[in-house]
Amino acid sequence: MDQVLRDSEVNRELLVFALGKEEYGIDILKVQEIRGYDAVTGIANAPAFIKGVINLRGNIVPIVDLRIKFNIGNPSYDQFTVVIILNVAQRTVGIVVDGVSDVMTLASDQLRNAPEFGAALDTAYILGLGTVDERMIILVDIEKLMTSADMALVDAVAA
Amino acid sequence: MSIDMGQFILVFFDEAAEHLANMESLLLNINVAEPDSEDLNAIFRAAHSIKGGAATFGFADLTDVTHVLENLLDKIRKNEITLTAEMVDAFLQSGDVLQDMLSAHRGQGQPDELAMSATKARLTQLLTSQEDTTMVELDELTIVIQPGETFDETLLCRELDRFGTIDDFTPGDAYSPWLYRIKTTENPEKILDSMSFMIEPNRVSITSSAECQSEFGLFLTPAESDLSVDEGFGFFDDTLGAALSEATAATAEEAGYGFFQPIIEEAVVAAVSSTPAAVTPISRLQNERATDKAAESSIRVSVEKVDQLLNLVGELVITQSMLAQNSLQLDPVLHEKLLSGVAQLERNTRELQESVMSIRMMPISFVFNRYPRLVRDLAGKLGKQVELRMIGENTELDKGFIEKLSDPLTHLVRNSLDHGIEMPDVRLSRNKQAQGTLTLKAFHQGGNIVIEVSDDGAGLSRERILNKAKERGMNVNDNMSDNEVWMLIFEAGFSTAAEITDVSGRGVGMDVVRKNIQAMGGRVEIQSMTGVGSTMSIRLPLTLAILDGMSISASDELYIIPLTFIIESLQPKTEEIKSMAGRGNVINVRGEYLPLIALYDIFNLPAKLKSFEEGLVIILEAEGQKIALFVDDLLGQHQVVVKNLETNYRRVNGVAGATIMGDGHVAFILDVAALVKTAQHLSSSDISRLAA
Repeated sequence: MDQVLRDSEVNRELLVFALGKEEYGIDILKVQEIRGYDAVTGIANAPAFIKGVINLRGNIVPIVDLRIKFNIGNPSYDQFTVVIILNVAQRTVGIVVDGVSDVMTLASDQLRNAPEFGAALDTAYILGLGTVDERMIILVDIEKLMTSADMALVDAVAA
Repeated sequence: MSIDMGQFILVFFDEAAEHLANMESLLLNINVAEPDSEDLNAIFRAAHSIKGGAATFGFADLTDVTHVLENLLDKIRKNEITLTAEMVDAFLQSGDVLQDMLSAHRGQGQPDELAMSATKARLTQLLTSQEDTTMVELDELTIVIQPGETFDETLLCRELDRFGTIDDFTPGDAYSPWLYRIKTTENPEKILDSMSFMIEPNRVSITSSAECQSEFGLFLTPAESDLSVDEGFGFFDDTLGAALSEATAATAEEAGYGFFQPIIEEAVVAAVSSTPAAVTPISRLQNERATDKAAESSIRVSVEKVDQLLNLVGELVITQSMLAQNSLQLDPVLHEKLLSGVAQLERNTRELQESVMSIRMMPISFVFNRYPRLVRDLAGKLGKQVELRMIGENTELDKGFIEKLSDPLTHLVRNSLDHGIEMPDVRLSRNKQAQGTLTLKAFHQGGNIVIEVSDDGAGLSRERILNKAKERGMNVNDNMSDNEVWMLIFEAGFSTAAEITDVSGRGVGMDVVRKNIQAMGGRVEIQSMTGVGSTMSIRLPLTLAILDGMSISASDELYIIPLTFIIESLQPKTEEIKSMAGRGNVINVRGEYLPLIALYDIFNLPAKLKSFEEGLVIILEAEGQKIALFVDDLLGQHQVVVKNLETNYRRVNGVAGATIMGDGHVAFILDVAALVKTAQHLSSSDISRLAA
């Protein structure tokens, strides 16, 4: 883990979003845009957390509800539901979260290694923990998470 | 100011490659006996352009070879030298060498110095040797001996045999002349000389076939009036030398009826018959020339630009259908102008889309054109006689396919040549012509393009394939249908060729063929009959970008079915539907039992309709199999832009892609082939039992 932290830039800019009571931070450079939740077209025989696909200006983009995937928050869809469109591994994917709270910069001395347990996410996808004032932000390797096999977003061969 | 030469050199390489390809196709189609001057000029121009370009960019080696080539071509074009088959071979060879040199200059591989100098030497030798033997190349001479002459016929025949082959002989007597027709490279004077010890030279006239044509025209009228005089010469003795001019006039006249006819015949025969190696499809020349002309007035555009254009048009189509859909709610009386504008937009969009699509389309001749050469070379190598026929070379298909198609198609052609078509003696013993026929055929069928490689050879041997499969421990049995057996040859490492040749037989080809074709969204089919021949057909979708589809609904979801798969739709009646214990349902469509599957079952959607009678059944056909698909409703017909689902997601079973509907929603396009496969758990035996 030390290795990961040292290799990365000293200051990272993060987009912070909320899932239930937890706050997660992802690399802002992976974020394409933030938009409201539109009607999706469901995909047959897909896992429940894959809500379906939307038309994003001519591109077909799958939408994943992280609240269902990690069993946190309550999956309701209204005008306040937020979708973060990500650009990961040359793909465009949308994630549904409870809300986007902040864009912040974390210095490396604000980062701690992740403990081996505790979060809803597998620690393999957690880069570390950041503390800002009294808040704790879980730093997620969103690219690794979105291309992982249990996200079922990519074909087994490609993953 | 410095000019970036790099880009010009690239253009030169592209152009030179095009010229070479052009030259090769012209050479392969040329009729050696009577070459078309237009073709010769075109070949000369190609060589000349390459030479010019090479000199400009300082490729001395290219210039060297093309220079000799050009000289020789120039002489042929000006009729100073007659074209021979050997020259065509030499030209083709030099074309290859030039190709190698070009790629060497591009930085791919090394130039073959040896081949280069050998080719140059060959061309130079052809050039000089042809200059020696002047114009008379295998000429046909007609030797006419005056009536009443006495000489030893057998001796004369023997004498003439030395010079060439006697084609025709009409013996004469005191009243009619002797007539010999002889094919020779010798000069008429020399023959006359050698005959002079038997017959008086002035009693003999020799005309070459080339001359006689003009003579015939000249002497036609005077000869008729001279006829009586002429006969007189025959009656009177031969003491006084006959006026030679009159005699020639007469003989030219007399013989004219005899030999003018055959010459026409010969010309026709020469044009029709194709030598085993050189394929001369006459009818093609015309249309080849038309395409050549079209190629001259073209511009080069990068594929990315075209693709970008295509994407934009795709977006336009979506926007247009959105407008069309929204305008439907407007009052047609109040918004008449707007609505007619929308209708106009729809037409224009469709036309624009078709034009843009056609940019990407290229005639399949781009692939086919390499085969005359391949077949010629390969047939020569294998000692087989093969005629290549190409049908439908102007059939167009997506450029992306053109590039990917050539490898698999080459495999199939080589296979047919090597394994399909038998050796000439074997063919004769099987009551076939010694010359085998290989046919390349392309045509459109529905939304597909079909490319067939067929030969009239031995066909596949069911027995040998099955034995080989057993040997390899594959799961086969003797009751397999022919089609299943043929499909075995697409398994990796499968080859039934008794001997491995360097042409094919290593068993790596066919599985690669199938893999490549499947990667393009197509499939390969085999039809074969032992002793009669086999046909391999490749089926490809025309394009992957836009398709006509029918939108249907199932449990409130909207799906698109590509129109090409739909045969009909009908309202089912309960008594037509029979359920088979644990195996689903079948429907009786006018006596034919088809497996019936419900779309909501496949996609695990909640069933909305309570009985089959409330919905509709769509009969679909894919891969020769028909199924009945139960849906809630038919909504309408659309032209949809196919979007790849796998760009951002993964493959979904039963879904071929996605599209965006007029209201901005995403709809999935059904993968009919996959649906048909799903339905196949209802085996055909069950259905035939029901039908009985």
